[in-house]
Amino acid sequence: MLTRLAAGAAALSLFAAPAMAQSTIKIGFISTFSGPQAAIGEDMRRSANLALEHLGGKMAGKTVEIIYEDDTFKPDVGKAKSEKLTVQDKVNFVTGYIWSNVLLASLKTVVDEADTILISANAGPSQIAGELCHKNYFSTSWNNDQTPMAMGAYLQSKGVKSLYLMAGNYAAGRDMLAGVKRTYKGTIVGEDLTKWPDQLDFSAELAKIRSVKPEGIYIFYPGAHGVQFLSQYAQSGLRGQVPLYQAFSIDALSLPQQKDLALGVPGAQQWVNDLPNEQNKKFVADFRKKHGTYPSFYGAQSYDSIMLIASAVEALKGDLANKDAVRAAIKKANFKSVRGDFAFNNNNFPIQNFYIQETVKDSDGNFTLKTVATAMTAAKDPHHEKCPMK
Amino acid sequence: MEYFLLQVLNGIQLGLLMFLLAAGLTLVFGIMDLVNLAHGSLYMLGAYFAWTFMGWTGSFVLGALLALPAALALGVIVELVIARRLYARDHLDHVLATFGLILFFNELVRVLWGPAGKSITLPPALAGTIDILPGVPYPTYRFAIIVVGAVVALFLAWLVTRTRIGMLIRAGASNRRMVAALGVNIELLFTLVFGLGAILAAIAGLMAAPIVSLKIGMGDDILILAFVIIVIGGIGSIKGAFIAAMVVGQVDIIGRAFLPDLLKKVMSSSAASTAAPSISQVAVYVLMAAVLVWRPTGLFGQRQ
Repeated sequence: MLTRLAAGAAALSLFAAPAMAQSTIKIGFISTFSGPQAAIGEDMRRSANLALEHLGGKMAGKTVEIIYEDDTFKPDVGKAKSEKLTVQDKVNFVTGYIWSNVLLASLKTVVDEADTILISANAGPSQIAGELCHKNYFSTSWNNDQTPMAMGAYLQSKGVKSLYLMAGNYAAGRDMLAGVKRTYKGTIVGEDLTKWPDQLDFSAELAKIRSVKPEGIYIFYPGAHGVQFLSQYAQSGLRGQVPLYQAFSIDALSLPQQKDLALGVPGAQQWVNDLPNEQNKKFVADFRKKHGTYPSFYGAQSYDSIMLIASAVEALKGDLANKDAVRAAIKKANFKSVRGDFAFNNNNFPIQNFYIQETVKDSDGNFTLKTVATAMTAAKDPHHEKCPMK
Repeated sequence: MEYFLLQVLNGIQLGLLMFLLAAGLTLVFGIMDLVNLAHGSLYMLGAYFAWTFMGWTGSFVLGALLALPAALALGVIVELVIARRLYARDHLDHVLATFGLILFFNELVRVLWGPAGKSITLPPALAGTIDILPGVPYPTYRFAIIVVGAVVALFLAWLVTRTRIGMLIRAGASNRRMVAALGVNIELLFTLVFGLGAILAAIAGLMAAPIVSLKIGMGDDILILAFVIIVIGGIGSIKGAFIAAMVVGQVDIIGRAFLPDLLKKVMSSSAASTAAPSISQVAVYVLMAAVLVWRPTGLFGQRQ
C-alpha cells in the first residue's frame, strides 16, 4: 500500500514539474547511439557528461539535464527526434549532430519552428555557413570545407603535383572535396564519390587509382568507412607507392582498429589531443582516467558545446527567458575551448586554427594522434561572406 | 587492358562473395518458403565468431575454420527455436519475426562485442599482392576469396546435383509437399538446409571481414543485394543464384569503374561524379526489373 502511495506521489510530482518552470536547464543531444556508427555517439555522450561533471552538474546554480536521442544515422529519424526534443521536452538548447544530412533535415524544425538555439557539435554543411546561416545556429566544430582546405594547403606546400580524390556521396562528402580544391592547385587526376553509407568495397576505385598513378590520394571516410578504406588500401599494394592524405578518416575511435595502417597518413584537424592548453589537458586526462581511451575530436567538440552553453547560462544568471540575450551571450563565446583560441565569425561558425596531425604510439603502446604542424591560423570559412548576418 | 582485367576480377570476387550469401538465402526461401531477413545476421555473426576464434588461436585460418561449426550450431538453434514455428505462417509473419531477429542479433553483438567495430588483420602471406600477369599486381586476399568462393561453389554444385541430399533439396525446392508425402524426414532436411545456409553466410561474412571490417548490422546492407540476386536467379535455384551473383557483381563494378568516365564525356565533371554513383546504385534494380518482365519467376525459377 505504502509503495503504491509513494508511486502515486512520484507520478504526481512528474506532472507538477512544469509548474516550477526553468528550475532545470534542459539540453537536447542528437547523435548516433545505435548501429555501426554508435561508437561516435558514445564518445560524444561521454565527453558531454564529462563537461557536466566538470561543471559540478550545475549551470548558474541550476541543475542541468541532458536528454540524449538516437538519430539512428538517418535524416528523417533525426528530424523526428529534434521535434520531440523541442516540442515535447521543451529543451533550452539542442546540440550534437554528427552528420550533415541529418542536421540539414532537422535544421528548420529547431531554429525556425521551435525558435531554439542549435549548437552543432560536428556537422558543418556549407549551406548553413553561407546563405542559410541563422541567428539560432551556432557551431563548435567547423564548416565542412575548412578541414580539407587545411589539408589542401598542406599538400600544396609539400609540392604534391597530382591528386586523386575520394569521398562518400553525401552532403559532407561533396563539401570535403570542394574544400580541398579551394586550396590545392595541382592537377586533380580523378575523383570518386562512392555510394554512402552502404558501399563497403573500394576495389574498383583502387584499381582506377593504380591505373592513373597519382602522386597522392586524398580521402574523406569518417567512422567505420575509414577503417575499411585503410585496410583495402594496404591490401591493394598501393601503400608505399602512392601516399595517402585524409580528413576525418583517422581519429581516436578508428585508430584502435586501424593500428599501424594509420602510420604515416597525415590528416588535418582543428583539435588534437595534445594541444598544450590547460582546459584540453584537463579534458584529455580526465577522459582517459575515466574511460581508458583517448577522446576523439567528436568528443572535444561536444565538450566545448556544453561549456559554451554553460558560459551563456552563467552570464545570464540562469535566466533564459529573453532569447536575444541568450543568443548574444552565446555569441560572445566566453569560455575556454579545448582547442585554444575560439571566437565566432559573423555566421556563428568558429574562427580557429587548423593543425596537421600524424599517428604515433604513446609510451604505453597505444596508437594516438600528435600535432606536427599548424596548417592555418585564425581561419574563417569560405562561405561567411554569403551570410547576411553581420 | 590490365585495368579492364583487374576490374573483371573485382567483379568476380564481389559476385562470389554475394553468391555465398545468396545461396543460403535462396535454399531457405525455395525449400522452406521462409523469407529470412535474419540471414544477414548469420553473415555478421560468422564474422564475429571468426574474430573471436582468431583472437584465441592467434591464427587466421584456424579461427576461420572454427567459426564454421559455431555458425552451424547457431543456424540449427535458430531453426529449431524460431524458424520452425514460422513455416506454416504467411510471408508477412516471416518478415516480422525475422526482422525482430535482426534487432535481437544486432543488440546481442553490441552487448557481447561492444558498439565499436572490429578489424581482422591478415596474416603476412595474404596481406600483400600477387602478380596475376607479369607486372599486374592483384591483392592476394581478394584472389584467395575468388579461389575459396569457386571451391565452395563447385562443392555446392556437386552436393546439389550428385548426392542424395542434393536430390532431396532439389525436390523440396520444386514441390515440398510431395517430398514430405513420400516419407522423407522433412524436418531433418529443413534443419540441415538452414544449417548449411548459416555456414555459407558465415563463410561470406568472415571472408568479407578483413576487407570491410566488422560492425553491427554489417549484413543488413548486403542482404538487400542478396535478395535481388535470388529474385533474378529464381527462388530456390543455386545455379540461378550463381549466375545472377556474377552478373550483379559485374554490373556493380562496371557502374563504379567505367560509368563516371563515360558520363564525363556528356556532362560536366562534377555533375558526372555525383550522378554516376546514383546511377550505378540503381542499375542493379533496373536489371532485376528487366529480368522479371522477361521471366517473372527469375532466370531459373520453377514455373508455377
